[in-house]
Amino acid sequence: MKLLVCVSKTPDTTTKIAFTDGGAQLDTNGVQYIMNPYDEWYALVRALELKEAAGGTVTIINVGPAANDQVIRKGLAIGADEAVRIDADPKSALYVAKQIAAYAQKENFDMVLLGKESIDYNGSEVGAMIAELLDQPFISYASKMEISGNTATISRDIEGGTEIVELDTPFVLSASKGLAEQRIPNMRGIMMAKRKPLKVEAAVEAPDMSTTVGFELPPAKSAVKLVDPEDMNELVRLLHEEAKVI
Amino acid sequence: MVLVFAESQKGEFKKAAMEAVYYGHKTAEILGTECAALTLGPVNNAAVLGQYGANKVYNVGDDSLAQFDSQVYTAVIAAVADQIGANVVIVSHSSTGKSLQGRLAAKLDAGSVSGVNHLPTNDGSFKVKKNVFSGKAIAEYEISSDKKVLSLMGNSLKPEAVGSDATVESLAVEVPASRIKVKEVNTVEGTVPLPEAELVVSAGRGMKGPENWGIIDEMAEILNATTACSRPVADVGWRPHHEHVGQTGIAIRPNLYIAVGISGAIQHLAGVNSSKTIVVINKDPEAPFFKAADYGVVGDLFDVVPRLNEALRNFKNS
Repeated sequence: MKLLVCVSKTPDTTTKIAFTDGGAQLDTNGVQYIMNPYDEWYALVRALELKEAAGGTVTIINVGPAANDQVIRKGLAIGADEAVRIDADPKSALYVAKQIAAYAQKENFDMVLLGKESIDYNGSEVGAMIAELLDQPFISYASKMEISGNTATISRDIEGGTEIVELDTPFVLSASKGLAEQRIPNMRGIMMAKRKPLKVEAAVEAPDMSTTVGFELPPAKSAVKLVDPEDMNELVRLLHEEAKVI
Repeated sequence: MVLVFAESQKGEFKKAAMEAVYYGHKTAEILGTECAALTLGPVNNAAVLGQYGANKVYNVGDDSLAQFDSQVYTAVIAAVADQIGANVVIVSHSSTGKSLQGRLAAKLDAGSVSGVNHLPTNDGSFKVKKNVFSGKAIAEYEISSDKKVLSLMGNSLKPEAVGSDATVESLAVEVPASRIKVKEVNTVEGTVPLPEAELVVSAGRGMKGPENWGIIDEMAEILNATTACSRPVADVGWRPHHEHVGQTGIAIRPNLYIAVGISGAIQHLAGVNSSKTIVVINKDPEAPFFKAADYGVVGDLFDVVPRLNEALRNFKNS
């Protein structure tokens, strides 16, 4: 199978978020960047497992500047065969999706995989967009996938449970927890990654229709109000009269 | 015209549908236009959407739409948007809506923002806000294109009755064949799904074992709340996977989140920090969760929770 995995670069989960220029820009000082965990742990690893079981290739694709190469190399170290970076600023979800779809269109992949969302903008948009641009089915929030021939059986998370669907390739899939287990790159993988191809391609034209104009921090939480563990009637009273939630 | 896709399940509207229609109504007011709602598949009482602000309700009742396929739904919603001249399309930020929203934006070639939680502003330019960085910040977006697609985060606003029943018009729209076969749908019946729940009772490793969950279920029953759990508890199989809230599980924003025996790792907080009121019950006064809590109880949960249950029951009965 010929598989494409879309990976994005995000600040590490534990990053303290701050902004500069009066909320215009993310303060990148001291921010540690990682590969978006949903892309890496679940989408990429499941793609590698499929390749190991039935042969094929795994290509990873990223839309971003040269500074992203470090994160892309990690994907190669974990086991992807090759990488493509579309050399452009990933301005909006639709812009990114158009770049990836344009590349995927040329290469005829059996499956395009990505994480259910990126942990920075939490958008969940790009996968659905790629599917529409490629005119393919989209299976979101996949937590389990088995393949037999070119037919996939997939469990996807829905509100309060799961749905099991069956479909033939090609399709686009977004991965949630459970689809695979995180892999740590070993020394051999890291050495081999240096020799694997990382192609850089120019972006296709796409307008910028949705842009971030500013950020703010959520209002600071006031200090916790401690309630005597012996007096739960007081907690109930506070929830009813003060917080007005029950 | 603003078009809202009102989600239904087995013919009944979800709470998120009322929220989306009400949000659509308010957005239409801001833009100086009208709001239409669209229902897909067989639904009961579509006219009720008028009460939440839909000036008109459209239905494409094709039986095949009882099964969800984002590709088919997108084709139908986009065709209706075209037919009625809608340039703003709003869906819920649910598992269904999230699978649709990006597709619709691509199909309509529209600027889009997902998971919005504030009404838009329109002072010459259309701007709307959403939470980013897992609730650690709020971003404002400007959409410059004429066509716009938004998905609305659950529990972002309380739908109010603003009108009366609307007229329902059936539309004949071509429904493409689905390439997906839905084999099984396994959902827990009779409880409010987590993303829609206003009251959530959640527990973690402090419970010491699955056999001790009776007091949590009891609290949920008294409050008519939905139960949730932390990641370690789902990972070891004490609780079902679909109850797991946090960074890798479900992100929720209920009015009340009661966390019992959960220390509050940053990954857990990422999924719950948008809750309106957070109560933390933990015997460790240093548990990081207390920093994110509105109300805290430092004590042994096996003493505190039964006492709280009794107090809640007395309150409910009074």
